[in-house]
Amino acid sequence: MPEITLVEAVNQALHYEMRHDDDVVVMGEDVALNGGVFRATVGLLEQFGEQRVLDTPLAESMIAGLAIGMGTQGLKPVAEFQFMGFIYPAINQIINHAARMRNRTRGRLTCPLVFRAPCGGGIRAPEHHSESTEALFAHIPGLRVVIPSSPTRAYGLLLAAIRDPDPVIFLEPKRIYRLIKHDVMDNGEALPLDTCFILREGTDITLVSWGASVHETMQAADQLATQGIHAEVIDVATVKPLDIDTISKSVAKTGRLVIVHEAARSGGIGAEIAAEIAERNLMDILAPIQRVTGFDTIMPYFQLEQHYIPSVDRILQAVHQTLESS
Amino acid sequence: MTTLAEFSIDSHQLLDEHGQPTQETWPAFANDVEQLRHLYRLMMLNRLVDKKAVALQRTGKMGTYPSSFGQEAIATGIAFAMQEEDVFVPFYRDYAAMLHRGMRIEEIYSYWGGDERGSCFVNNPRDFPFSVPIASQLLHATGVATAFKLRQQPHVVVATCGDGGTSEGDFYEALNVAGTWQLPIVFVVNNNQWAISVPLSKQTQCQTLAQKAIAAGFSGVQVDGCDVIAMQMITEQAVTRARSGQGPTLIEAVCYRLCDHTTADDATRYQPSIEVEAAMAKEPIRRLRTYLTQQGAWDDQQEQALSQDIEQQITQAVDNYTHQARQPLTAMFDYLYAELPHSLIAQREQVA
Repeated sequence: MPEITLVEAVNQALHYEMRHDDDVVVMGEDVALNGGVFRATVGLLEQFGEQRVLDTPLAESMIAGLAIGMGTQGLKPVAEFQFMGFIYPAINQIINHAARMRNRTRGRLTCPLVFRAPCGGGIRAPEHHSESTEALFAHIPGLRVVIPSSPTRAYGLLLAAIRDPDPVIFLEPKRIYRLIKHDVMDNGEALPLDTCFILREGTDITLVSWGASVHETMQAADQLATQGIHAEVIDVATVKPLDIDTISKSVAKTGRLVIVHEAARSGGIGAEIAAEIAERNLMDILAPIQRVTGFDTIMPYFQLEQHYIPSVDRILQAVHQTLESS
Repeated sequence: MTTLAEFSIDSHQLLDEHGQPTQETWPAFANDVEQLRHLYRLMMLNRLVDKKAVALQRTGKMGTYPSSFGQEAIATGIAFAMQEEDVFVPFYRDYAAMLHRGMRIEEIYSYWGGDERGSCFVNNPRDFPFSVPIASQLLHATGVATAFKLRQQPHVVVATCGDGGTSEGDFYEALNVAGTWQLPIVFVVNNNQWAISVPLSKQTQCQTLAQKAIAAGFSGVQVDGCDVIAMQMITEQAVTRARSGQGPTLIEAVCYRLCDHTTADDATRYQPSIEVEAAMAKEPIRRLRTYLTQQGAWDDQQEQALSQDIEQQITQAVDNYTHQARQPLTAMFDYLYAELPHSLIAQREQVA
């Protein structure tokens, strides 16, 4: 099995699905000739031609609206937004149309499409290139929001997203696009959506995260293990709809919960998880639930971004506070 | 100095406001009085369905409703220019085309009566439902047209919006991609002069809305939107061009909104009455009736029979609408996703 990076896994999943499903069409700015600014779509134009790999005009609302129209005709568009910071012109299309087309036509017209976008900070990019606003989309009924945290999950979850008959916002944490390599079998096997992944089992505390922050969370768990503290680490992966059952079962076992996410704190998905666990696990909880998150500030420009993104130290500090107060 | 580009915009009218032909030669379809009677019947159906909808709203039996009074010729012309396999992507004043293409009268009342089943279109699975957000539907239309082009299907998309919609970014984005990719699509702008209370003069400095197509690399044309014969002719020409791979067309249909924006609006607050009176004299149905009568192709008896027939259809539709079994409360969870996610089952049970 070849070792590949997360962005290569995305590329491999696109190749696989385009080979096996003629309805899959890749589209967006710079996706064809240039292979995407992160090279996620490299090689697709050469293999599948310009009928299936479309460089679009530069207009995000149009990319979304076009994909919606194509989706209603049974095509399966995988549309790329170059950065999450540029997805906002498409919000009307995503919320008012993609998310509700099936519902408002009572299943007559549907949107089997994927909107891909690189998300998050950590690559010393210019302003507007580093935000994590998944909670905006997670609030919207009718959408799925998926964020892989490894090459393996990027491959399996992207295949699942393309095969899903409803619109999926697929957010790729660009900080880890090339950070790690995994052995990924290119066998076309999808991973389940709407399901958390338990990355590490433990009994003392539950650490919940998604996207790039899963890495700092795993590092924290490793350090805790050397101190005899056994953390259970959960990668949420699909942040909408939320698999709260898996998290709830874990908290029932450990009695402690720390949620780690790069996005701003208020109104975030961490808040939703904390509220659900408070409703379900009140009698299990031994200490206040803690969140380690980005601050409620504008994402700072890259000189300060490392101080915004949750660090291993901040996670460890929250874990120790939780353990001390229980 | 070198002139690199120049443009001109044509305006078409075949039947003037007095019901008189403006030129000696008409397109072939217009020499067939039976086809003209079809156009007349559809406009009448639209008008009476509309009138009943407003009455239903006024008596609390339906929700807010946008009438199409005075604008019936536009969607009627579109209706007869399209083929069944084509796809219509409407905004919300296109009842004639939607009815002609299979939408049931009670589906109109259901939709505006707050019931999602109004967009089921049981007799027409192809067309798009009403689009309330302004101009965003034009992008879906370009997506459908892209699918037709990629799959080399010989179908055409016709999409509509209002004059206010031409100020939206989505309008320009749709035109731009349609021109760039030479998509099989026809855009029809219902220029009824008003975007709720904002007149066209405050919407744009352009002399015509048709010329907005020029910047997208294809041609735009203006039509008297109260002249159903010109509407059918120009739309047919545009549809034929699109079907034969010659790309998009923008049609600006000029008319006047002889009604409130919706039943929640009061147009007397801003529409000058003298302007409304002048527009009323140009409305589309009377002028075609005048012409047909002069040709000996229509009389009071036929008028009465048509009214009775339509009233019967409407009575039946209202009956179907008012006696339709209510959706169960759980219907709000239906069709949210192909399969209801596990996490939503508990919420659904709260109303089950």
